[in-house]
Amino acid sequence: MSDVLDSFLVRAALAGVGVAVAAAPLGCFVVWRRMAFFGDATAHAAILGVALALALALPITAGVLFVALAMALFITWRGDGHSVDTALGVAAHSALALGLVAVSFLEGVRIDLNAFLFGDILAVNRVDLAVIWGGAFLVVGLIAVRWQALLTSTLNEDLATAAGIDPKKEQLVLTLALAVVVAVAIKVVGALLISAMLIIPAAAARPLSHTPVAMALIAAAIGTAAALGGLFASWRLDTPTGPSIVCAAAVIFAATRLRP
Amino acid sequence: MSLVKIEGLGVSLGGQPVLHHVDLDLIRGEIVTIVGPNGSGKSTLLRTILGAIRPDKGKITRAPGLTIGYVPQILQVDKALPLSVRTFLDLPKKVSNAQAKDALDRVGAADLSRRQLRDLSGGQMQRVLLARAVIGKPDLLLLDEATQGLDQQGSAEFYRLIEELRRDMGCAILMVSHELHVVMAASDRVICLNGHVCCHGTPEHVASAPEYRALFGSGTQGALALYRHEHDHAHTHEHDH
Repeated sequence: MSDVLDSFLVRAALAGVGVAVAAAPLGCFVVWRRMAFFGDATAHAAILGVALALALALPITAGVLFVALAMALFITWRGDGHSVDTALGVAAHSALALGLVAVSFLEGVRIDLNAFLFGDILAVNRVDLAVIWGGAFLVVGLIAVRWQALLTSTLNEDLATAAGIDPKKEQLVLTLALAVVVAVAIKVVGALLISAMLIIPAAAARPLSHTPVAMALIAAAIGTAAALGGLFASWRLDTPTGPSIVCAAAVIFAATRLRP
Repeated sequence: MSLVKIEGLGVSLGGQPVLHHVDLDLIRGEIVTIVGPNGSGKSTLLRTILGAIRPDKGKITRAPGLTIGYVPQILQVDKALPLSVRTFLDLPKKVSNAQAKDALDRVGAADLSRRQLRDLSGGQMQRVLLARAVIGKPDLLLLDEATQGLDQQGSAEFYRLIEELRRDMGCAILMVSHELHVVMAASDRVICLNGHVCCHGTPEHVASAPEYRALFGSGTQGALALYRHEHDHAHTHEHDH
């Protein structure tokens, strides 16, 4: 018996949309809180997670989730969270380099590193799809439930504290969501371009939005359009899919900026 | 019964002692102002009462179920965040349109509801912050340099508003300010802070205390002279010279 999921293009499209939906609301917070570098560091650490998973014969998702979470928590707790630009830059690139070196040490494992750096959306199988959509529901649910508290502590931590909200706990919610997004997005756009899927749709949605909720929804729509448009372009032009999706997002970003 | 009772408070920030041996008692319905030079720990004291800073000595006892409305010194809204005044009032707890209107009316900002927070002037922003702080009818209102950036008339109006809020809601108000003469006229009690409580009491008492004069010296003499001229004859004195 065959169904629509037998088509690799359908699976790729569903995977791309899943990542876009998961990344959009989190991406808005990344933009509002100026956490772009934080996202980069966490995503780059994912390569180390890939190496770890391969060495221990664990599922890739589990290895990536673990290392991304460890990296995000490390950055969150190492300082006061502000003016850590340099520290994040060091962490982001060290994690990536360390991951690449670690992968080279794995004997008898031949892996296509490109697939993890830039994604391999056309190779997404049914299990991957379940993981991606499971992660998307988790992230969107988590952010939706904590929305008001997250937004308040993003605006001003003291205002949040006065209202009985613990800003550190809200930061932890975002950290957790970031690790999950990295784990589900690595197969689709790759470690190097994950933060692009967080930031570009959110930034493109900004000029079109008058409320925070609208910005998250519009970002999800833009991310979805970019995923489908990029996939289509990659299929027609025979270009790498992950980068094509990010290019599509960048084109939409430019278009919303040029709007009169 | 006190809303907040502070005993022997000591706070350090980044290893540097900022506050030591601070005692303070706040009761319902009073307006208390903290004055002190830059770096004297005024904002730190406010943020400690708020719960944003953990004290390393002493204790703070808050009345059970105490609700706090807070007006920060400054609210910077990232330009990536689209946020209207009305949506801001919904943070963190959604309020009805009637509640939002009532709060904005109270502070004279009824026409600002649909404006984006980023587009407000300094005075408008202060009113909106105050509206949000009073929306839940808090027991205690904390204001950190709330009149910063307002001209003299603007801050005089602002203090009248504070007085009205106290009258209507019966909350206690604790504020930090550097505008000594205006603040003193508007307060029931003044606390002069410089790492510790230098002196405290009625505005008249503090204004004439030698500790206060040592801190604020000649720079404010004109304003204080004016203040004392207006008030010296109107009240009974508790200071002894």
